Amino acid sequence: MVGLAIHLAGLLAATLGTPIGKGLVYGLAAIGPGIGIGILMGKSVEAMARQPEAAGIVRGTMFIGIGLIEALALFGFVLSFIIT
Amino acid sequence: MIWGLIGTAFERPTTKDFVWSCWFGKSPWCYNFIFFLLTIVFVTFLLLFWLAFRDPKIVPGKFQYVMESGMEFVRQQVVLSMIGPEGAPFFALLATFFFFILLGNLLEVTPFIMFPLNSRLAFPLVLAVISWVTYNTVGIRRHGFLGYMKLVMFPPGAPWWMYVLLAPIEFISVILVRPLTLSVRLFANMVAGHFLLAVFFLGSIALFTGIPYAFGLVSFGMGIVLLVFELFVAVLQAFIFSVLSASYIAGAMAAEH
Repeated sequence: MVGLAIHLAGLLAATLGTPIGKGLVYGLAAIGPGIGIGILMGKSVEAMARQPEAAGIVRGTMFIGIGLIEALALFGFVLSFIIT
Repeated sequence: MIWGLIGTAFERPTTKDFVWSCWFGKSPWCYNFIFFLLTIVFVTFLLLFWLAFRDPKIVPGKFQYVMESGMEFVRQQVVLSMIGPEGAPFFALLATFFFFILLGNLLEVTPFIMFPLNSRLAFPLVLAVISWVTYNTVGIRRHGFLGYMKLVMFPPGAPWWMYVLLAPIEFISVILVRPLTLSVRLFANMVAGHFLLAVFFLGSIALFTGIPYAFGLVSFGMGIVLLVFELFVAVLQAFIFSVLSASYIAGAMAAEH
């Protein structure tokens, strides 16, 4: 297991600076925010379905949350252009 | 083999698409396309507000109604919902943020321009620095320097030994990272949007000129869908920037516990 991890890390290091590495930077950066936005949207829909009268408040807060989470993925996007 | 069928080579959009040469003037201080866009936004901004509010009527006309509902949106959704009634002094600042960013972003989907002003980091960065100066000034005025530092670094409700970890993290996240995330969020959204549109429309140009027209149609249709999506993103990012500035100001104004 550890050997596999070291092997994968070596493969990752070999891709740094190549187009594959740039793609990987963005792809890896998008995993966490993807899960986060999924949970956020799911919970928001749940809340709106349970209490339709609170939909306005939930929607506003949801967009703020999306903005906060999205920044993490976009950092990866910017970073993929910065690394050479 | 398939490449032989495609007439024009696909021009891959790169970061060089965001660099524009000078129109006139010397290199660091010259007037180029970006500055031209800034001029457009500036003039449009002034014209919109001057035309709408130079002679306000009790019963508003169509144009005045649209602008008033825009201002009312900022007042309700940004100022009152984030700061409350004592946020009234910041209404002008937050409304300026909202409308300036909105106009700059809308240039991304304006025909014959198709370039978002905020995809150059300088504009979001300056706006974020203005926001940073504002909320820190508010906090220091309200609580004094030490009081503000205490408010930032020691949020109430954690066990005392957690503050060893919490204080530096809070300091870094509030003072150092906030302007960075605020600006990079807007900047990267606009860059990503411009890339998306460029990929799909340049792709459909490359595909239309070759044999496989069908793929060009798919690519072009996807481009139209993304154009509408970018319209949504433009409004959303303007809203998020002003809402987050408002919530930072509200956090700096918060009463001590």
